[in-house]
Amino acid sequence: MSTPLDDKSPMLGDGGTPMVLAESVCKNFARLEVLRGINLEVARGEVMCIIGPSGGGKSTLLRCINHLEKVDGGRLWVDGELVGYRQNGGKLYELRDREVCAKRAKIGMVFQRFNLFPHMTALQNVIEAPIRVKRVPRAEASELAVQLLERAGLKDKVHAYPNQLSGGQQQRVAIARALAMKPKLMLFDEPTSALDPELVGEVLDVMRDLARSGMTMVVVTHEMGFAREVGDTLVFMDQGVVVEMGPPRNVLSNPQHQRTQAFLSKVL
Amino acid sequence: MTIPGPTQAPEWTGRPEEIKAVPVRHPGRWAAAAIVLVLIAMFVHSLLTNPRFEWGVIGSYFLSPRVLDGLEITILLTVVCMAIGIVLGVILAVMRLSANPLISGASWVYIWFFRGTPVLVQLLFWYNMAALYPQFSLGVPFGPSFVHGNANSLVTALTAAILGLGLNEGAYMAEIVRAGILSVEHGQVEAAQALGMTRALTMRRIILPQAMRVIIPPTGNETISMLKTSSLASVITVTELLYAVQLIYSVNFQTIPLLIVASLWYLIATSVLTVGQYYIERHYSRGSARELPPTPLQRLRKNLFTFHSGLPTPPAELPSGEQR
Repeated sequence: MSTPLDDKSPMLGDGGTPMVLAESVCKNFARLEVLRGINLEVARGEVMCIIGPSGGGKSTLLRCINHLEKVDGGRLWVDGELVGYRQNGGKLYELRDREVCAKRAKIGMVFQRFNLFPHMTALQNVIEAPIRVKRVPRAEASELAVQLLERAGLKDKVHAYPNQLSGGQQQRVAIARALAMKPKLMLFDEPTSALDPELVGEVLDVMRDLARSGMTMVVVTHEMGFAREVGDTLVFMDQGVVVEMGPPRNVLSNPQHQRTQAFLSKVL
Repeated sequence: MTIPGPTQAPEWTGRPEEIKAVPVRHPGRWAAAAIVLVLIAMFVHSLLTNPRFEWGVIGSYFLSPRVLDGLEITILLTVVCMAIGIVLGVILAVMRLSANPLISGASWVYIWFFRGTPVLVQLLFWYNMAALYPQFSLGVPFGPSFVHGNANSLVTALTAAILGLGLNEGAYMAEIVRAGILSVEHGQVEAAQALGMTRALTMRRIILPQAMRVIIPPTGNETISMLKTSSLASVITVTELLYAVQLIYSVNFQTIPLLIVASLWYLIATSVLTVGQYYIERHYSRGSARELPPTPLQRLRKNLFTFHSGLPTPPAELPSGEQR
């Protein structure tokens, strides 16, 4: 579904609608309340890092943004459009599978466990969705894919299968795969948590490069150094709520809330 | 063979002398091998000396047109019924995993029914379908019909066999395909969804190709089983391989030689299928193994080598560190 708003939004620039807007977003799994009224705003070109103890709802929030999880309460907008629903009059209508897919195609996501398609080479992984979902001609998709893989430092791994790659290389392919859809927003769900320590740097380098190019990014991470250096905003989440939020330097060096202090004293 | 870790450390200069120990003797193994050898010799001796095997008769019928026609029907039945079974199996498996209880329930009932009754009974049912539904018609449900037909003329012995074997196979294939689909990690579905792929596209491009690795071996099994089960169609007068030789020996009474002819053809066909299955498996193991598994020829060469060298296992494979 392409609305007029969709076409206009890039021209609105930084002052326009935020890329992500959450208003008291709630999410339950059975009786467990995972998100309890999340309010936040991600501006265009902003890099937001989300930290916090595991089970705090960070990943769930990320998954709600591209509707891998359904929001139970509150409202969530991406690029000015409601996630998962269409509002008509006073009523909400669930989006059809096809409409949800069209929206997801514009949001890139990188997973903790890479989730590359093991039966495809790096190149095939990257061109699959552009060809099948966006109907880009194969030659054009391949050209972009090779560019992206080269930018991620994988020039000689284009035809390798995922199991022939190290974790860091796999994650860089996964980032290239997400970027091949030319997303307007990138979500990173603990992208370096499953990596050996010496491989973390190479993935963070690619992400740093991406942030510098002006991509809007929401990054769930445990890498405080990255959050401090690259992030525009740092959010500390615990028990399904945003406890504290602000410029990374302030939050990290001078946390206001007790829970943030307790968490940071253990991590830093 | 690479040298184990510690020997590669930089300060390590000399590699220790290779261990030369007297291998353990296995007298029991030798005795067992001798017994097997004697039994084989006895069997071969009887094959060659017992005149009732009638090797001449076997030779003269082995390539006779009637036998070959029967073989052709057997192969046709196997191919067509497996094709029906696989297509039906994929549909039933996807239905079974549907969120709609009526759709998954329908699939469950189908599998329950076709697995729960003997395939021989199903064959007889289809063969006698005309007794249950003498007329059939095609049209609007409960409304007017456009095409009429006589069940007796439509359901011949061969179509009854194809329906009976194919629909039965669908039930078994459904469970095999379902197991394959469930074997694919859920992260794969999420990754595909996050890229904006629809359910159908995800199933076709991401899940099924990966499920194939799990689906192929039991499907090869089913195909071999189908080749032999197709002999049941002889009961409803389909002149497949078994019925073809039965028709011949009912006239000339060379029962044993003709059954051997049929058996030899079944063995040849299953051998061909086994080889085919091996290469299909190899194809779908792309990306799952660091190297492709060896072809039979490569393996044979390797086995011969290990046999000659007399060393049971290379030391690198022994879990020596844990046992000490």
